[in-house]
Amino acid sequence: MQSRASLLGGLALLVAAALAAPFLPDWMVSLATIAFANALVVLGLVVLWRVGLVSFGQALYYCIGAYAVALTGRWTGFTDALALVLLGGVGAGIVAASIGFLLARYREIFFAMLSLALSMILYGVLVKTESLGSTDGFSVATPTFFGYAPHGAQLSHWLYWLTLGVDAIAALLVGLYFRSVAGALAAPIRDNEIRVEFLGISVSGIIHTKVIIAGVLGGLGGALAAMSIGHVDPNMAYWTTSGGFVFVTVLAGSGYVAAAFVGSLAFEALRSFAVDVMPQLWQMTLGSVLLLTILFLPEGLGSLVSRLRQRRAVKP
Amino acid sequence: MTPILDVRDLEKTFGSLVAARDINVSVPAHQTVGVIGANGAGKTTFINMITGHLRPTKGSIRFEGRDITGKPSREIVRLGISRSFQVAQIFPTLTVFENMCIAAAIARRKSGLLGNILTPVTSPAATSEAEAAIDLFQIARYRDVTANALPQGVRKLLDIGMAVAGSPRLLLLDEPTSGISIEEKFDLMNVVMSALKSRKITVLFVEHDMEIVAKFADRVLAFYDGTVIADGTAHETLDNPRVQELISGVRLKAASHA
Repeated sequence: MQSRASLLGGLALLVAAALAAPFLPDWMVSLATIAFANALVVLGLVVLWRVGLVSFGQALYYCIGAYAVALTGRWTGFTDALALVLLGGVGAGIVAASIGFLLARYREIFFAMLSLALSMILYGVLVKTESLGSTDGFSVATPTFFGYAPHGAQLSHWLYWLTLGVDAIAALLVGLYFRSVAGALAAPIRDNEIRVEFLGISVSGIIHTKVIIAGVLGGLGGALAAMSIGHVDPNMAYWTTSGGFVFVTVLAGSGYVAAAFVGSLAFEALRSFAVDVMPQLWQMTLGSVLLLTILFLPEGLGSLVSRLRQRRAVKP
Repeated sequence: MTPILDVRDLEKTFGSLVAARDINVSVPAHQTVGVIGANGAGKTTFINMITGHLRPTKGSIRFEGRDITGKPSREIVRLGISRSFQVAQIFPTLTVFENMCIAAAIARRKSGLLGNILTPVTSPAATSEAEAAIDLFQIARYRDVTANALPQGVRKLLDIGMAVAGSPRLLLLDEPTSGISIEEKFDLMNVVMSALKSRKITVLFVEHDMEIVAKFADRVLAFYDGTVIADGTAHETLDNPRVQELISGVRLKAASHA
């Protein structure tokens, strides 16, 4: 019942968000596209966070997804947006699957630092690669949609719709995953790994799967962001980029799939507002918001919903 | 008939320390076997080798005729051997029902690489088994209590219940009554043993309380210095002079019955 209600609610929001595009100013559509692309990375972090793991290197997959799109366009001239997004996801997923063998053996700070180290290796390589523009990066070929080549405001609308579509499918699949044995094992693994092993399941196998899911989501997000921004550079793998995703994860909380999207949108809106109003102090504003979130909403924006529900349940 | 558990010439050494040696035990199905011995006599090492927690240095372990020596724990669990722990191993932040449901869902998951992802955790099969196990272990009044708030005895029952929710055919209980007050021990064992009987599960349990052993075990293995020094009915083993000499607590029990 509850799941059907949230499914219908999500669908209604999705349709409303899609229909709103032509009536919104361009800057708002672009901001929402970036926010919803980044939300995929956050959703991946939520998957990890539920087992108590934080990755400070999610920018690795973000960057791989972005460069996969940019390089394919540059080398082959292939520009179909949907295929490129899937390519970004698969590319990042393959990398996640291979380094997952290493990562799945680590927990806590070691997991966080190791993922950070791996993303910084990619950053270092990209910075040193002159042919890919070094620190400047290079621009992404204008994407097409099944042979249709929109430009200007039309292009940003199409990218926005594509992002919404990918988000909707990802949210649905992650929601289903959370209800599966593997997804439901998040709290048990955080609580007691020995017991999980003795119930007949491989903890490192489960964590490996989560690393791959988070990697694929990171790659999809990076691919969408690259097309939307129209440019890629090594900063996409830099640790502050990863830190930004962790920031949004804390802001959103791990309770609800939808929180990742709301949190990401709130973050991008807050950042552009803060930069606009206080160009010298915007980091301070973000820092204060994070502080307030941790103090008063330790389980993130999503917990507002559960608090409301509880309050409603208490009333007769 | 093939014994459910057949252990031959089992040995485990850690460097120069011999933790277990020359263990030969064959357990027919539906037997309830008590395992006694002083601390360090090799009881837990024995259990840990059967459940795959430790790899034997020598010898073989067969379960229903199949060689399981040195297989990883999770594979052994899937074959039908489960265990409970001396310190109850439960998920403290989940409720009793959620604990049981996870255990039942894992055991009922689809096979294959993606089985964990393709099986919903609250499938009807898993939830009905979880409810059944809760009833079987008589902890229904704690159904929605978070596990870290449970009294010690209920934690133990939940731990064993979770093992049973996985439908094992052989269950190893490591000191099921440790940490339980003397008054509660018998009640707890009554609940556990009648639950296991109703599910036709073969049981091996490690126990220090000889009264419990005498009351619940069909057969008793006495461990000393890494090996089995006596194997017979509860009376035969507990009356064995060597057992009485080497394992403290046994003579006391014999004396109290004299």
